[in-house]
Amino acid sequence: MFTALFGSVEVGVIYAIMALGVYLSFRILDFPDLTVDGSFVTGGATAAVLIISGVNPFLATIAALLAGFLAGCVTGILHTKGKINPLLSGILMMIALYSINLRIMDKPNVPLLAEETVITKITSWWQGLGFDNVIQSLFTSIGLSDYIPSTWGILIVMLIVAFAIKKMVDLFLKTEVGLSLRAVGDNDGMVRSFSANTDWLKVLGLGISNALVAFSGALVAQYNGFSDVGMGIGMIIIGLASVIIGEAVIGNASIVRATLAVLIGAILYRLIVTLALRADFLETGDMKLITAIIVIFALVVPKLIDKQKAGARKKKRAAQLDSANPNGGDQVAAARSDL
Amino acid sequence: MLQLDQIYKVFYEGTPDEKIALNQLYLHMKPGDFVTVIGSNGAGKSTLMNIISGNIFPDYGTVKINGDDMTSMSEHKRARKIGRVFQNPLAGTAPTMTIEENLALAYNRTKPRSLQFGVTKKRREFFREQLEILHLGLENRLQAKVGLLSGGERQALSLLMATFTKPDILLLDEHTAALDPARADLITKLTKEIVEKFQLTTLMVTHNMQQALDLGNRLIMMDKGQIIFQANETEKPDLTVEKLLAEFQRIRGEALLSDRSLLA
Repeated sequence: MFTALFGSVEVGVIYAIMALGVYLSFRILDFPDLTVDGSFVTGGATAAVLIISGVNPFLATIAALLAGFLAGCVTGILHTKGKINPLLSGILMMIALYSINLRIMDKPNVPLLAEETVITKITSWWQGLGFDNVIQSLFTSIGLSDYIPSTWGILIVMLIVAFAIKKMVDLFLKTEVGLSLRAVGDNDGMVRSFSANTDWLKVLGLGISNALVAFSGALVAQYNGFSDVGMGIGMIIIGLASVIIGEAVIGNASIVRATLAVLIGAILYRLIVTLALRADFLETGDMKLITAIIVIFALVVPKLIDKQKAGARKKKRAAQLDSANPNGGDQVAAARSDL
Repeated sequence: MLQLDQIYKVFYEGTPDEKIALNQLYLHMKPGDFVTVIGSNGAGKSTLMNIISGNIFPDYGTVKINGDDMTSMSEHKRARKIGRVFQNPLAGTAPTMTIEENLALAYNRTKPRSLQFGVTKKRREFFREQLEILHLGLENRLQAKVGLLSGGERQALSLLMATFTKPDILLLDEHTAALDPARADLITKLTKEIVEKFQLTTLMVTHNMQQALDLGNRLIMMDKGQIIFQANETEKPDLTVEKLLAEFQRIRGEALLSDRSLLA
């Protein structure tokens, strides 16, 4: 149990980088960008193919990031210069990327098990530092020796990477360019009237968003030990689920808080899915259905809670008016009719 | 300063709905001119504003600012020289961003945007000074989200954002029409103060005749895509609402039918 949860937190942190990308397009630009399903695989495919041909895995991962940036820019250009509706330009790019990803990989699945990857490098570097022994002795001393994961390196390094990216996104959104990017999602007519080119801002925003998605895809491929042409299916919904769960739990009062919410949301999402899959009647294939149900819950439940709270307030108000004015009056009737 | 020559614009050309929005329109403004524009609905006032701002392009004619031909320049490039306040108080600000972030965005109107921070300590001080002009206490709420402000406060902020970088041309598009009378008076007063303070060349569209008479040094009346009546600096002080209505009737031979202008 602990090992399964540990694994899901580890994966959750890697997917959190993808969720940050989705946050940028979905919340900041107000652009539901379906390119994500394709660019995630593009990242994995680019990294896998480069690693197999002997490129340093860190460089290969950076190359994946650039490939994602390009894919996002194309979606942006389709939308702004081609005047194609946001959803449709994302869908078009997603479909086009499916073939492009197959071309990059040359086959539907590229195994990386025997290769030197970012993940294996981090693991061996971390094991060289010897921290695992310290943590392990800690666990043994409190009597949990059965539950020790093989290494903490990946989790800790990925947490650092994810937080570093979150911090960079936070800082970027406070720069002059970042401010105008945020305003584009808010009110793009106003941004034009303050001499910012909204078309290129959208292209840039989608580029950065998909760069993060592809970066995450490259890490996931290396973590799983293969890149598969189907690994991006439903990625946009996983991203949305992370954003929405995070907002429901942490809130989105400021940018710093909202990006933190996305990270935590991504990890929570993984935990929920892992726990759900432990039920006997559910199979791995049900995962997309579970994701959809989680998103629906995360969208509907907060609204129901708000409604209930508002209802309770009204009842209280009616009771107050009743006791203040026992004969009843117009106000009381009005307050009651609202119930 | 602003020079419009032979501006011609047709909408829905070649269909039964064809409408000539602007017909051979001339308008020249000197530096420091404050021109108020009145006219009934469909007279072409908004089209005129949109053609100056670059939101739409004329079918014929030229738009020059400071002698530079801007006729086919895109809206965001032209915005370096133009400040604009819209009729809708929601249109001029970004609601999910704070007051200081909105001001920072407006501060960059005249120059390219970089990867510097938008709000710095020095700029925050500057923004605070500028907000004091409005006398609304917004200088103490720099970190408040603009979406939480009232319509009047947002419109005052929009006005400041459009003007504090001293644009060559200020366009005011019925910017008090969506406010209650008290707020509208406040914004009118602020407009007067700010235009005088920064000595802005201003073009203001309004449906409120009294406002058109109270503000500015020149007045034009538009109808059917043309300027049908003008009053210059010397003539304008003597005008009254009655004279304007009579003038319209004399020129067009019909009563000025606009519910809002009658209410004014």
